[in-house]
Amino acid sequence: MLRWLIGGGREPQGLAEKSSVQTIGEEQVQNPYTELLVLKGHQDIVRFLVQIDDCRLIASSDKSEGWSILEVKRLVDHQDNILSLISVNDLTFVTGSHVGELIVWDALDWTKQTSECSFWDSSVQPDAQTEIRLFQSPNETSVRHLASDEENVYAAVGKGIYVYNLQMKRVIACQRNAHDSSVLHIEMLPNRQLISCSEDGSVRIWELREKQQMPAEPVPTGFFNMWGFGRANKQANQTKKVQENARIHFLELVGDLIGHSSAVQMFLYFSELGLVTCSADHLIILWKDGERESRLRSLTLFQKLAQNGDL
Amino acid sequence: MISAPDVVAFTREEELGDELYREPPLPEEYSVPLFPFAGHGANPWAKVSSSKFSRDFILISEFSEQVGPQPLLTIPDDAKVPGSFDLNYFSLRIMSVDYQASFVGHPPGCAYPKLNFVEDSKVVLGDSKEGAFAYVHHLTLYDLEARGFVRPFCMAYISADEHKIMQQFQELSAEFSKASECLKTGNRKAFASELEKKLKDLDYTRTVLHNETEIQKKANDKGYYTTQAIEKANELASVEKSIIEHQDLLKQIRSYPYRKLKESDFHAYEPEGTLDQAGTSSEQDLATSDPAEPGEMHLYSRLPSYTPKLIKAKPAKCFDKKLKTLEELCDIYFFNQTLDQLHHIERTFRGDVCYLLTNQISRALLKQQSVTNFLFEDVSFLEEKAPENQYRGCQGLSQDAADRKCSEESPAPKVVISLGSYKSSVECVPIKMEQDMGDPQEPSMTESITFEHQENLDYLDADLKGSISSGESIEVLGTEKSASGLMKSESQASLPISPSPQVGRSKVGSRRTVSEDSIEVLSTCPSESLIPEDFKASYPSAINEEPYVDDEEGGLRFTPRLNPDNADEQEDVSNQENLAQIDSACCIGKESPSFLEPLPGLGQKQCDEDGVVRIPPQPYRQAEQGLHGSLVGSPPCDGAPGGLLPHELDSRCPTAGREVSRTSLDECSDSTSYISSAASTCSDRTPSPAHPVCLTNERHKKKAGQNALRFIRQYPFAHPAIYSLLSGRTLVVLGEDEAIVKKLVTALSIFVPNCGAYAKPVKHWVTSPLHVVDFQKWKLIGLQRTVSPAGVGVLHALSRYSRYVSILDADSKTLRCPLYKGTVVARLADHRTQIKRGSTYYMHVQSVLTQLCSKAFLFTFCHHLHLPISEREPEESVVNRRMNFLKLHLGLANEDVKIVQYLAELLKLQYIQEPGQGANPLLRFDYVPSFLYKI
Repeated sequence: MLRWLIGGGREPQGLAEKSSVQTIGEEQVQNPYTELLVLKGHQDIVRFLVQIDDCRLIASSDKSEGWSILEVKRLVDHQDNILSLISVNDLTFVTGSHVGELIVWDALDWTKQTSECSFWDSSVQPDAQTEIRLFQSPNETSVRHLASDEENVYAAVGKGIYVYNLQMKRVIACQRNAHDSSVLHIEMLPNRQLISCSEDGSVRIWELREKQQMPAEPVPTGFFNMWGFGRANKQANQTKKVQENARIHFLELVGDLIGHSSAVQMFLYFSELGLVTCSADHLIILWKDGERESRLRSLTLFQKLAQNGDL
Repeated sequence: MISAPDVVAFTREEELGDELYREPPLPEEYSVPLFPFAGHGANPWAKVSSSKFSRDFILISEFSEQVGPQPLLTIPDDAKVPGSFDLNYFSLRIMSVDYQASFVGHPPGCAYPKLNFVEDSKVVLGDSKEGAFAYVHHLTLYDLEARGFVRPFCMAYISADEHKIMQQFQELSAEFSKASECLKTGNRKAFASELEKKLKDLDYTRTVLHNETEIQKKANDKGYYTTQAIEKANELASVEKSIIEHQDLLKQIRSYPYRKLKESDFHAYEPEGTLDQAGTSSEQDLATSDPAEPGEMHLYSRLPSYTPKLIKAKPAKCFDKKLKTLEELCDIYFFNQTLDQLHHIERTFRGDVCYLLTNQISRALLKQQSVTNFLFEDVSFLEEKAPENQYRGCQGLSQDAADRKCSEESPAPKVVISLGSYKSSVECVPIKMEQDMGDPQEPSMTESITFEHQENLDYLDADLKGSISSGESIEVLGTEKSASGLMKSESQASLPISPSPQVGRSKVGSRRTVSEDSIEVLSTCPSESLIPEDFKASYPSAINEEPYVDDEEGGLRFTPRLNPDNADEQEDVSNQENLAQIDSACCIGKESPSFLEPLPGLGQKQCDEDGVVRIPPQPYRQAEQGLHGSLVGSPPCDGAPGGLLPHELDSRCPTAGREVSRTSLDECSDSTSYISSAASTCSDRTPSPAHPVCLTNERHKKKAGQNALRFIRQYPFAHPAIYSLLSGRTLVVLGEDEAIVKKLVTALSIFVPNCGAYAKPVKHWVTSPLHVVDFQKWKLIGLQRTVSPAGVGVLHALSRYSRYVSILDADSKTLRCPLYKGTVVARLADHRTQIKRGSTYYMHVQSVLTQLCSKAFLFTFCHHLHLPISEREPEESVVNRRMNFLKLHLGLANEDVKIVQYLAELLKLQYIQEPGQGANPLLRFDYVPSFLYKI
């Protein structure tokens, strides 16, 4: 695309850029967000959003004051700054640190239940040959954000997304290069979709899928062919699959939202009302389902018609 | 019996015709009836006009008490405009029909002089010999030094086209009333200050006289008064009387505005915002603060600084003093305002009457479509004030329609002409200019006509007898006086020979005016009481018409002519003609629900075979409001599937019905259009802006149309590009050369739907990287391509947001955008089109877009397409119904659906938008793949 633009259209074939990041084309059937509304109120980076109720939120930008902390207890098991924290349930919480450690804590006695500290190592296993960079900077391994549901903890580690199963105590699926840049926020939706936003300014929608796999089947290529995953010219085979009882989990990209011109700091999900993203470009964007909005507008229209007595 | 002038007219025409017919020695079967005057000008529709002026102009004249009628100024102020046209002579004529029957001075039984606040009179005059027709607006200004304190003036709009004057009567009247009101407001102010000055003088004089008397009294000890003393005392008494009189006058002039405001139809002069910013402040402020005022005016307004003069007992002789000029008579500020207004009038009514009418009609129709008109129409006209259009001439095609309309319409509170509607009807009143002719003919007139115009006749006689002695003709084609309310009963007498004179009067008819010795009054009068039966029964004797060669055409052709001598003979003819006229009117009503439907049968003899439309468009008649309301619940929407076929639906499209398909066809759209038989076609070549603000728009349209035409011919991928615009996908025109990019943007801008009643979402030239906000705001963007690093940034941003945009690369002539397989755009932008002119193509585009709009309107406002019919109906079935409607009923194919859906979305947004807040700029998009098009 860019090459076509720069080259004045001489080379339209080069539309797909060489990038390690999986891309999805312009055709995104499953992407429900077909309408956006930009809110322009902030003068600085919008870092944080707080949901008030079903349809309201607060945005906090860099110019607002910090947060107050009620209780502090020092836990000294991390090797580096703790960047993320999440409580899974009443008994468990999980922390992630800058160097890529993930520790699951017992909330009652403040003890470490389990920890995972080498995401990059564990993920290299299936295709170590293709891994070019062996030395990764801490930035690419820091656990920036954690999300969880009852069974899994979803970790935004560097550019990738990892799904850590609490019961199996190991990573069951991952996208090592989910984004071009650090993933800043992830959230699991009730419909098994995972939304991630990143410093590269994009928001991506993933779906955690599982598939029974024939145990005898050769692992990578057959899998991709069978699923028709990506096109030939796309370098899309970053899916990490873990075989467990012949079940593999993988994250499939179902859509991406492009609107922000700078790092997307955070987002809030308002179920069918849509998605709100905030970014360092001072903007908040509401992403909505165009079909639904159109229906709602029709409804409003007829209500107004009735009000005006025109009906 | 045909009177002498008629014979003259006919013979002259035949002579000319014969000359030309002699030339081509063609066999009979090949002889095409040539236009007899082909040699005179390229335009066969141009009436050969005997007028000596090249274009319409405005003339201000005064009936000076010293020198008689004299022209003061013309607008445009260019000696070339009147040309050899004798302004002095014409002033004489128009001023001689002055309405001043009013008495100013000492009315009997009144101690003091009374100012008479005379209403302006509005008259249409025709001078057949000069080929000039004029709307004449008489007004009086006050002048302390003038006889009876009044100075009669008139403003006249002079045109060679009688139709124009008659059809634009209301508009002219309204506009000139504004000018007149402005002039009079200034005059009252000046008059009041003049009075105050005079009072000071008088007061001073009284003091001086009083002192002198006292001195004399003291000096006089003889016990009796000397003659000198008595003289002084008399003088003092007369000064005191004069003071009281002037005080009374001052009181009168000051109380004027308040008295007038109580009258419902009074249209107070309010300075318009565009003309003057200062005008919003009070008049008093203006007078004292306006720096533009000359010193003299300051003298008037700064009364405290005025040094009173002693007034001599004997006033100067009437002819010794120099009368004030018009500028002096009214405040200079208001004078300039008036001139502005008159210039505005001149611009507004410039050009052919057909053009004016079509414009007015389309404007009025568009105004009605309040729900959809923002999409593709000019923003400027939407911002126009409504009242102007609210009371457009209501001369409907059919008599009964007009009547219905009149009964529906309650008297408007704020119209200049207090009667909501007018119908032109023709009255023929023989008013003699020559003394010896007045008597034998007048008695033969029908009594009530005489009665009706008694007041006119009175002053006409009084004035004309004195001033005109030649046997020239003058016609009073319309007076407003005759339309005043007190004549309700007499209005029957005003014979509506033709309910719509523009239809009725043919070329020949309008040339009747060669009559040498009569004054004809064609009056516009109220039509409340006019029903067809009325004019059949009453006073047929006053009408007569020239027998028509092609009467069987059923033409609404009337040649109202005053000829009392052969009245009886003509009676039958006129009755027949009336019947025929009513019949055809009814037919028109039935056959063409659209007001715009041309009446081919009524074409004139010479041209109807070419299929040239000869009937000028009718002034627009405001139809019932609540159009959308009634449409929403209308059968086509509620009907079961299959209830409405696409072609049926098409015919229902408000303005995009058969009319469009007929006139927008490529083969004819450039060659013909509505062309009237109006004389101004040839005399007024200047393009006629219907509204001053449109002047630039007009040019823009032409240019845009031309560029668009070039675009669709040059680029084979014009269709997907236009589809992108119509479906709301932003199109970015990328290029290095600013001029080329801007040209393309201008060309494509005519396809961009507006998102609200604001400016078009078009950005002609951007040099910085685009942002998502830009796509929300702009639907068409011209973007600079540079080789610099900054330029790479621009392209990077573009490639990042490529899913929201279609990109037209102007340098390499490529286009990247989604696929289009519909049919609408093919009609809109056919590269094989025969249309050659930009403005024509623009209109073609407008008509297709209007059709789309109507489809979008139907789609948006059909209840069952968006809401479930029953509560249990699942959403999918509603969706199915919606798609069915779009595809089957609206006949939309493939991507066309998306166009209508997008337009519908815009309509929804516009409709549900709360008045206070601006429209939310939404960005709607689809995840569809783009393709690359090359030339």
